[in-house]
Parts: sequence; structure tokens; C-alpha cells
Amino acid sequence: MTRAGAGRRWSTGPARVERPWLDPRDLWTEALAGVLARPVRSALTTLGTVLGITTLVITIGVASTAGNQIVGRFDALTATSVTVTVPRTLPGQDDTGPLVDWSGTGAVRRLAGVESVAAVADSATTNSVQVRSNDVTAPGDTSGQTLGVVAASAGLPDAVRGAMTAGRFFDTGDIARRDQVAVLGDQAAELLGIRRVEDAPAIFFRGQSYTVIGILGGIRRERQLSTAVLLPPTTAADRLGLRDVTRVLVNTSLGAARQVARQAPIALAPGHEDALTVVAPPDLSKSRDGVQNDVNGLFLVLGLVSLVVGAIGIANVTLVTVMERVGEIGLRRALGASRRQVAAQFLLESTTIGLLGGVIGASLGIAVVVCVAVVKDWTPVLDLRLALGAPLAGALVGLLAGLYPSLRAARMEPADALRAPS
Amino acid sequence: MTPNPFYGPGPSLASCDAPDSPNAADSSDAVDSSDASAVIELTDVRRTFDSEPPVHALRRVSLTVRRGEHLAIVGPSGSGKSTLLNTLGLLDRPTSGSYRLDGVETTGLGDLERTALRGSRIGFVFQAFHLLPYRTVDENVMLAEAYRRPRPGRGRGTRLARAREALERVGLGHRSGFRPDRLSGGERQRVAIARALLGDPALLLCDEPTGNLDSENTVSVLELFEELCAQGVTLVVITHDEAVSRRAGRRVRITDGRLAEETG
Repeated sequence: MTRAGAGRRWSTGPARVERPWLDPRDLWTEALAGVLARPVRSALTTLGTVLGITTLVITIGVASTAGNQIVGRFDALTATSVTVTVPRTLPGQDDTGPLVDWSGTGAVRRLAGVESVAAVADSATTNSVQVRSNDVTAPGDTSGQTLGVVAASAGLPDAVRGAMTAGRFFDTGDIARRDQVAVLGDQAAELLGIRRVEDAPAIFFRGQSYTVIGILGGIRRERQLSTAVLLPPTTAADRLGLRDVTRVLVNTSLGAARQVARQAPIALAPGHEDALTVVAPPDLSKSRDGVQNDVNGLFLVLGLVSLVVGAIGIANVTLVTVMERVGEIGLRRALGASRRQVAAQFLLESTTIGLLGGVIGASLGIAVVVCVAVVKDWTPVLDLRLALGAPLAGALVGLLAGLYPSLRAARMEPADALRAPS
Repeated sequence: MTPNPFYGPGPSLASCDAPDSPNAADSSDAVDSSDASAVIELTDVRRTFDSEPPVHALRRVSLTVRRGEHLAIVGPSGSGKSTLLNTLGLLDRPTSGSYRLDGVETTGLGDLERTALRGSRIGFVFQAFHLLPYRTVDENVMLAEAYRRPRPGRGRGTRLARAREALERVGLGHRSGFRPDRLSGGERQRVAIARALLGDPALLLCDEPTGNLDSENTVSVLELFEELCAQGVTLVVITHDEAVSRRAGRRVRITDGRLAEETG
């Protein structure tokens, strides 16, 4: 042969060599046909991903729903209530005077975030007092009702979030004048048979009489006060010796409770704040995180394990499929498919299976979350990112699982592959 | 039977019956005398497998196949038939020598370019048919164009119509929409031929096309080959079946890696 002749024809020969080409629509058609060719196998292959994604969606979905529910249960009342308890003064330590003065409520009221505050005083001796609504004792009559007698500052109705159902609460004027007036809790009024205060009913205990000027109802804090007789602190100190503040009730705006709980003892008893006991609502975010960490950690791990198992399943089945379709791979290569296009097809098939598992799993998970919420009478809380991200996570699992089988398919030599039965 | 003008008349219908091409086995003459009408030009092709001892599957093989020719390559198993087929089909690379396919020198091409060339110039027909069992015959035929850049007038939109046309051409228009498992062996091979014909390849490369067929179906496929040849399709059939090779206009025998032209 003559090199010159060959060279001449090479130079004039048409250099019409193209690159392999594949329309994305054709790629999608081929991959989808591959998935649908063995529908049962594809469906079974998705199961692992379905389980994993379902578990993850349920875990995250139920957690966020329940988390929201926990906040709901710690309602505004609990979340904004701070109670400062003053220890009873021991007889030997009496010389320093009371730890907390009645005027201390004013100092607390000035703290940022405080909405209402009241001080109350009770004692063991005044916790059960025979109270009568009539001074005349008829033979055979019961000896009256056993009620608690409590001294309270003027701000009490707000502090216990109650409302006057009749009459009025005693005010600073009553307190200053040391009036012999009393306000009844609604239960106490019921027991004593007092429903109206217009005709100034009187109650009697410890040999003294008091005019009832109001009935306090709807008490939501310190509910025992609804069976109590409330007296102005000055009056109680004079007539019952009920001098020292035993509890200070503080209501804060939402979110200020923790801060107020730190500051209130200092405002009440500067220098002796450590002696006071403060009951404040638990830190909600911390408690919620605690619950979630315990419950979710386990389920998240379960879900992730399922996903890994699902990924292994997809990888396994895709590998089997690749090995079964060696002849087809050879054919596609003979028809002009590049290695990359063969890999892309199998990758797209495994990704489709993963995506399918993700969609089914997300749907199942969301359905379960909604069912749980309905059964528990909760409001389902579903993050849109979760609903959209779960199918994507499934697709990602499929993509990763398909990497190795696709590589195997791409590496096959077409001549060898064609020898396999199709 | 009339040549289908759509596919273009072959340069010489006579080549089917009495090939007038020169003896291609004589390499230097073939190279120098060949012109643009040559579809295959093998020159001094060797293929040696690096085993111990080395296997010389092809030894200085030279072959020219012109447009419209119907060539049969015969030989017993182990003679190098498969290696020759793989080389002709761009599925394997010669160790040395030159291979021009449809005017393009292939030995210097990279993997991607050889793949594209294979997809656009060669229609394969296999012994095992290699039809996708889960696709209809139309989809199987259409697959031939999936990996090819659409040419003018051969877009994606007309692909189904052209696939049906190819099925008509092999006499299977009435099987459109069927799945391969509902067809007889001969019909399956016709579908495979229709797939190979789609996109008008320069060369139809058939590897034992009747190896899985009974005698009746073999005859029908061979008759189809003759029709196609009459329409100007270039056919290279690799077979060990004497009955198949006798139908070809021209026969070369491969023995122990060497080609020899046969006459008669």
C-alpha cells in the first residue's frame, strides 16, 4: 500500500464525526421504561426508601406538632406566673423585722415585664377559722363554715386573674383607714349563703364582725383563695395578728417570667434575696428540646438506618438489573450510546425509584402525622420544607445508590456485552 | 419489487447479483483503486490479543466493500469471524492497520467519536435479535435514533412515523404496537432489521442473522436481505451457514485470521 495515497485520501475525506447525542426527553423515556419494565420489582425496591422517609417525616412531623402542643399546654397563665415565697420568721430572728414588707409589691411592680403583683399573708392559725354569716346562734344550727382568712394587698384580683362578681375589692383607702371590711372568694360566699353585697352583709369570726364589700370570682391562680375571706393587710394585722407577707404573686408579660423571677427577690428583700423561694415556669424551649432530644434521637436514627438500608436495597436491585440487562447495554452501545449515556440511564432509573420512595414515604408520613394529630386532638404542624425535602432526600438516596451499578454498566465493553442474551 | 426511492437507489443494482468489484483481498490494489463509493476499507488490519501465547485473531486483513454490495463473510468458529465483526462494527480496535468506514478513518478516533460513528453509520443485526422485551416493536425500532443527533427532516417528531415506515419496509406494518414476545423468531429478526435500517445507515452489519431461526424463517429473512440489497443497502453478513452465504453476491472466507475471496 502507498502511504502517500492513503494520506491524500485522509486529508480530503469527509471529517463528519459527531459526538454522541441524547435528548433529555429520550433519556427520561428510556429510564422510565426501564423502571416500569419490572413494576413489582421497582415497587419492592422503593420499600426501604419508603420506610426510611416515612419514619423521618413522622418523627419530625409528630415532634413539631407535639412540640407546639407542649407550648400550648404551658399556656400563657403558667408561662407568666412567678410566685415568691417568704419563709416564716422564726421566733428567735424576729428582731430584724419582716423580710418582705407590704410596700415591696410596689418595687416589684416597677420591674420591666411585670403586669400585676400582689402580696398575701396567711398563717397556720388563720387557715381554718369558723366564719358565720349571722351572729345569732340558733339551737341545733351548725357552727358556721371553716374558711381560711388571708390578708391581701389591693392588687390581688389582677394578680390571681380573677374578677369581682359582686361589689368591689378593698382599695388603698380601705387599707389606710383599717376598715373592718372583707372580700369573699366566690366559693366562700356560696358556703356562707351570700350572693349580693348591696345590702352590706356581715360575717363574723373570732368575735368580730366584718362587712362584706365584694365577692371575687374566676380565680385562676392561688385557687384556694376562692374559699377564703380576704382582709386588708392593716385590718388583718390589727385584729388577727396577720402581719407578715408570706407570698408575693407576680404576673409577667409573656417571655419575661425568667427575668422577673431573678429580679423580684432582690426588689422585695434587698440583701436577703437568697432567703426567698421563687417558683417560676420552666424554660419552655429547654423542656421542649429535652423532650424532642429523647424521643426524636431514637426515631431519627431509626429513620436514617432505614434510609441506608433502602439505599443498599436500591443499589443491590439496580446492580442485579444491570447484570440482567447486559445484552441491552451492549445493544445501546452498538446503537451509539456513550458510556456516560448508559450510566446516566441507570442513574436516572435508581434516582426515579428513590424519588418514588420519597414521594410515597412523605405522603404516608404526613398522613400519619395528621392522623396522630386528629386522634390526640392536636393541630398538625407540618413544615413545607419537610414535605418538599423528603422526596428530594429519597431521590438523593436513589442517586447515591445508583452510582456503583451505573459505573459497572458504563464500564462494560460493548463487544462483550453483546454476547450476553438480551 | 421496486426500489424505494425514499431510501435512494443503490449505485448499482447489479452488484447484488454479480459483484463487479475488484478482488479486495489484494490490499494495495484495493486501496488505490477504491473511491468514494467504498463503505468499508480495511487495510492490513491486525488484531492480536495479549494472552499467553498471543492470539493472532486477524492477520493482515484487507477488505473493501462498496456501496450496495451484499457480502458474506464465512468461516468456522474460532476463525476470527467475531473479531472481524467487532472490528467492522467499531466495537473493537485493530492492533495495527487502517479502517476507513464511509470515508472516515477510524483508527485514530477516540472512544466517543467511534461510538457516535457506530451509531450513525452502522446498523447492527444480531443473532440474538437484542430486542427490548418490555417495549413495543415501534419503540424498539425508534431506539435506533435515540443516541443520534437529529438530522434535518429526521427530527424526534417524525420518528414514530419513520419507525412504522421501516416496519412496513420489512413487511411488519401489521405488527405495529406489538411486543416482541408475541412475534415469531423471523418477525423478531425483521424488527431488528427495521431498527437497523432506521436512519439509513451506510452499512448493515449482520452477525449470524439466521442462527436462531428455523429454515422457513431463515428463507424469509434472506429474501428480505435480497430486497434490501436491491434497494441499494450495503450488507455485510457474517455467518457459518453455507445456505446464507450462497445468497450473497460476494463471499469471503476467513480462516485462521486470514481472508480469502471465494468465487461462485
